[in-house]
Amino acid sequence: MLEIEIDGTKLTVPNGTTVIEAARSIGTHIPHFCYHKKLSIAANCRMCLVQVEKAPKPLPACATPVNDGMKVYTHSDMAVKAQQGVMEFLLINHPLDCPICDQGGECQLQDIAVGYGGSSSRYEEEKRVVPNKDLGPLISTDMTRCIHCTRCVRFTEEVAGMQEIGMAGRGEHSEIMSFIGMTVDSEISGNVIDLCPVGALTSKPFRYTARTWELSRRKSVSPHDGLGANLVVQVKADRVMRVLPLENEAINECWIADRDRFAYEALNSEQRLTKPMVKQGGVWLETDWQTALEYVGNGLKSISRDYGADTVAVMATPHSTVEELFLLNKLSQALGAGSASVGGRYADERLAAAQQGAAWLGQPIADVAQSKAVLVVGSTLRKEQPLLAQRLRQGAKRGLKLAILNPADDELFSAIAAKLISRPDQMVEALAGVVKAAAELKQAAVPADVAAAEPCAAARGIAKVLVDATAAEGDRASVLLGNLAAHNPRAAELAVLANQLAAITGATVGWLSEAANTVGAQVLGLTSGNLLSKPRKAVLLFNNEVEFDSHDGQAALAAVKQAEMVVAFSAFKHGAVDYADVLLPITPFSETAGSFINMEGKLQTFNGVVKPLGDSRPGWKVLRVLGNLLASEGFDFDNAEAVRKAALPQGESGVAAKLSNTVNGVAVTLQAAATGLVRMGEVPIYQADALVRRAPSLQKTRDAAAPLAGLSPATAAQLGVAEGDTVKVQQGEAQGSYTATIMAGLADGVVRLAAAHPTTAQLGAMFGSIQLTRA
Amino acid sequence: MMLTPESLAQIDREVAKYPADQKRSAVMSALRIAQVEKGWLSSDTIKFVAEYLGIAPMAAHEVATFYNMYDRAPVGKYKITVCTNLPCALSGGVDAGEYLQKKLGIHFNETTADGKFTLKEGECMGACGYAPVLLVNNHTMCNHMTPDAIDRKLAELN
Repeated sequence: MLEIEIDGTKLTVPNGTTVIEAARSIGTHIPHFCYHKKLSIAANCRMCLVQVEKAPKPLPACATPVNDGMKVYTHSDMAVKAQQGVMEFLLINHPLDCPICDQGGECQLQDIAVGYGGSSSRYEEEKRVVPNKDLGPLISTDMTRCIHCTRCVRFTEEVAGMQEIGMAGRGEHSEIMSFIGMTVDSEISGNVIDLCPVGALTSKPFRYTARTWELSRRKSVSPHDGLGANLVVQVKADRVMRVLPLENEAINECWIADRDRFAYEALNSEQRLTKPMVKQGGVWLETDWQTALEYVGNGLKSISRDYGADTVAVMATPHSTVEELFLLNKLSQALGAGSASVGGRYADERLAAAQQGAAWLGQPIADVAQSKAVLVVGSTLRKEQPLLAQRLRQGAKRGLKLAILNPADDELFSAIAAKLISRPDQMVEALAGVVKAAAELKQAAVPADVAAAEPCAAARGIAKVLVDATAAEGDRASVLLGNLAAHNPRAAELAVLANQLAAITGATVGWLSEAANTVGAQVLGLTSGNLLSKPRKAVLLFNNEVEFDSHDGQAALAAVKQAEMVVAFSAFKHGAVDYADVLLPITPFSETAGSFINMEGKLQTFNGVVKPLGDSRPGWKVLRVLGNLLASEGFDFDNAEAVRKAALPQGESGVAAKLSNTVNGVAVTLQAAATGLVRMGEVPIYQADALVRRAPSLQKTRDAAAPLAGLSPATAAQLGVAEGDTVKVQQGEAQGSYTATIMAGLADGVVRLAAAHPTTAQLGAMFGSIQLTRA
Repeated sequence: MMLTPESLAQIDREVAKYPADQKRSAVMSALRIAQVEKGWLSSDTIKFVAEYLGIAPMAAHEVATFYNMYDRAPVGKYKITVCTNLPCALSGGVDAGEYLQKKLGIHFNETTADGKFTLKEGECMGACGYAPVLLVNNHTMCNHMTPDAIDRKLAELN
């Protein structure tokens, strides 16, 4: 510990603390632009100059480590003069166009200029003008305003992992830009907007739509991935204008992913469903809630009377709130239809039965990056979990060994200690090899069902990473299963093997939840089974667009089309217009109170930030009325809080008791090496849920481009396909034509063709067999 | 392949001077070698070098635009860089520059119509005692460049 005196206040700080951190800890503000607690120290804005006793000139507080007995003066004559001088230089080339600048009112340069600058300028010469850059559909630039703090450069390099922005040129000619002809394509790029202390980088979708002082700020929780990033939703005149991160070190730190930030555009989309609609004689008619709900109630009653209650299927997506899912499940059970399902994308029926609790991360989110080693099984990590991938990247820099077992060797912008690339239908055999290798290394008993496995060198490499990492007392490792594992037709076997591996190496098993409330849905007892595997007479779809939210979109679509009655609860007019009989407008997360349980089992509640649009109503209210209409007991709730209390009587402690990654009763059956082509149908980042699908700016990004058919170089050569060829793809009866692309890191025998996209929705199973020929 | 095997071998030699995980340290040498082969550094060349070293294209672009001996646009067969920094300027560097401009009929940063000469203004070359100095194609240093010496040099280059 070191003693320091700042403006006469004495304090002790740990070794290695900088002056600016020490000052912040006692509430002394030192003006700064380039310093940011999550980024490396650049000390290039010079705004944080302070006087240090015995130093001949002012020193930058952000880059000066505290020495024992140091005396710092932040408001002395020397410090003030230095700060004023720096401010004058910073403003020399700054346009002072605050009245037309989006940053006006929330600009650090504006604030600090008022606090530390002069009242007028002595500079009369010409100011420099810098051409604007095209950084893509999300970030708008006004580069003349840039003060070269390089926060955005350091963010892309250190946090996003790939230096997509840089400072070209030298001296007066330096400019912040992306590489010629390239945009900023990171999935967390929007954070540079928050980092920019001036108006050089601003939000493109938000541009010129509101002033910061007109906006009210309301807390919310992101409804996309399983992280549950905390949000500040900014609202003007009952309309969501933009979304910013709410700092929560344990969950999202101070970042949010681009989909958390820009998906709000869908909330104000033209495609919003604002009135209940009923189809009569093939024509959609707008109606009132009473009529629509009575229609649904009567229809359900007559179908369960005529055909039996088990011909009704109730299906939601895990992006729905705890309250909605609880009531939906209750309704489903009251109808006699059994549990509702949120598992449209799951393909392994054994998994739900074998799970001994709600599958979760197995540890707090913050602990993941503290592991010594992490094995990620089956995940397009950066696209599935943008912020968790970022955490692992920071961990890898501190020495965390990251290993992957995946069908594709996607760039993670992290050091990879070991990797095993395996086709989706052989991931079980690959993981079995790792388990056997680990058991041999540890000289533990090899589990009986993997005895026949033949570990390859890569499998032994992964096993060694995990075994070495847990060699010392107190060191932890994790085995994390991603969406490609969860949606795999042999997911249950992967879960068994992950548990075996964890038992052998002492690692923790965790699932990277695909959606905001995946854990919540399981805690509430919803199933992940496929309810459309047998023909149904009535289907209730809650936020669910079957063609996108199913493992086999084509089969699911055929199943709902043959049903007599399909009721779609949705915030949007979607594909259900073709196959539903009733459309009920429910509200998205911004217009309802609710809660999500994130991947670490944390219950996060939020309130609606704006009023429901048009006649749409919060899902829980609609389900309450429908429940009462069907004359079921126990649907009388006054508010969302009462529903939550009924759903989770013991609150968060009750949730914790239901979390478990143990799987029982599934045998691993090793198969011979697979032949033929198999599909790798991941869900693209901007097709994962109803909101991102309808956010125009996100849809313009490169990640949202129409899927290509990816092939490994060897497979492409075998099939006689070259980059850019048009290829015909067939799955059962379904077919489509796509552009081929050669992917160096892809497993052989795999056709990588993303699912859940309008151009691929007519195809079959996400990980099914597939034919591909040159067109 | 964007660069010849000879150039790549030279780059590999530079890369070998640094630890395996710090290949980016070789970026200046790699860009220099690429420029010698290609004559100038196009965005494609910079991107190739970056990918060869496993760094972001922008990281190489930053370096290529920071140092003025990297050419980001095509230059003539002979690029003549005259030092006009203060010690040279006091000893006739500015005069040498003006003489060259008159002689070649071009301004700084321009290339003669026959594509032979490009004239540039350079920063201190660390040879103030021999001022005025100029560099031919970044590699050949010429001292005491009085008008006579310049005439002789130009004749030699022709």
